[in-house]
Amino acid sequence: MLPSTGLSSIAIDVSPFRLTGTVYGALLNQRSALAVLGDSVNRLPYKAPPRWPVLYLKPRNTLAGPGDPVVIPQDCAELEVAACLGAVIGRTACRVRAADALDFIAGYLIVNDVSVPHENYYRPAVREKARDGFCPMGPRVTPREEIPDPGCIDSRTFIDGELVQSASTRDLVRPLEQLLAEITDFMTLLAGDVLCLGAAAPAPRVRCAQTVTIEMAGLGRLTNRFIAQ
Amino acid sequence: MMRARVAYAGAIHEATPMGPVGALRLADGRVIAEDQAIWLPPFEVGTIIALGLNYADHAKEMAFKAQEEPLVFLKGPGALLGHRGYTRRPAEAMFMHYECELAVIIGRSAQRVSRSRAMQHVAGYCIANDYAVRDYLENWYRPNLRAKNRDGATVLGPWFVDAADVRNPGDLGLRTFVNGALAQQGNTRDLLFDVPFLIEYLSAFMTLLAGDVILTGTPQGVRNVMPGDEVVCEIDGLGRQVNWIAADEVYGR
Repeated sequence: MLPSTGLSSIAIDVSPFRLTGTVYGALLNQRSALAVLGDSVNRLPYKAPPRWPVLYLKPRNTLAGPGDPVVIPQDCAELEVAACLGAVIGRTACRVRAADALDFIAGYLIVNDVSVPHENYYRPAVREKARDGFCPMGPRVTPREEIPDPGCIDSRTFIDGELVQSASTRDLVRPLEQLLAEITDFMTLLAGDVLCLGAAAPAPRVRCAQTVTIEMAGLGRLTNRFIAQ
Repeated sequence: MMRARVAYAGAIHEATPMGPVGALRLADGRVIAEDQAIWLPPFEVGTIIALGLNYADHAKEMAFKAQEEPLVFLKGPGALLGHRGYTRRPAEAMFMHYECELAVIIGRSAQRVSRSRAMQHVAGYCIANDYAVRDYLENWYRPNLRAKNRDGATVLGPWFVDAADVRNPGDLGLRTFVNGALAQQGNTRDLLFDVPFLIEYLSAFMTLLAGDVILTGTPQGVRNVMPGDEVVCEIDGLGRQVNWIAADEVYGR
């Protein structure tokens, strides 16, 4: 995968010392995100709750760094922001066992997975999730050693300084270890790839000229302003 | 011009076809046989964008009505494989099938490009075989990655063919042979959303960059494949791509 320029402002002072620009995310991996769907998971078009991780990609045109403005496309009144813990892969992760999973992690960063609001998850949401600049990350990659337990990281999202959401990785449906084991059974992750662990629901919405800050314990703050096209 | 990227004797080389018998000429002048090279995807691949149900006959075969809007999904770099490679078939699966597709490679960045100018942003074309394991399909962001983004299950190549050498990408025959027998046949004239439309559609919401590739979908004729099968995909003017199906045991599973 060719590297993206949006990543150059994100410090990574731990091996592999670079991000590849490949970013995967897990949808509906916070209990609240699944809970808001209620019994609809059993109805059309889904017919059953997800059995395996629901994954998506944030392609390289979406990647951005701390402080980069996020452009709200003309056809959108507002966007959803999703505070995700991003795990940075430290070495080739293929058929990883959950018990060993953290050995494959280089560190962590904050990811703001921005989307055009959408309520139907039947088809991949490329037009909703893959717009230019829709994946700010940062401010830096915090080495794994500084985060003893990725399963208890609290996050807070602020819009223009007002707290709009609190969440914690305690509420993940699949913790990082299980997620990495299930994913790498069929797809290999490489050193420098990022895996977003999932966001809580309901997602805060942001309008033009507002500023979003996501704070995670031990990881710092990621701030991006949302501007008109 | 047709070119490949191959590994040979400790380095990665650009290679061009040489004569009618499958020989290759490396950029440094060496001439080798096709099976002496390890074939890699023929260009540096950026974002991989794929289309589902983009031929009416295949949509019908899969019991779906044709899409009103393109069904787009993305793939990661681990899915990629070169010509003459092996793709693993999980032993538990009942239905894993090939999908022969025209792959369109972006040259010049494309942002909000109109249909009439879209083809100026195409660098070239190659053959893609984008396998699916239907057993793993779920109705969440379908087709989900477990069914459609498996290691080594998206084969590109053998050749990158310059756009200038493909007179009409909207009229190319596609054929897939399994163990020598014709299994799948179609023509890009039957694409529901053609190449200029797809570039216009995609570039309206995401900037396409050089090296990004659009896999345009597959026609009808998908069938289950088994370990040991040889799957050959052909597209008029783009060459002939060979892939073999490997069993779980090879991978120690």
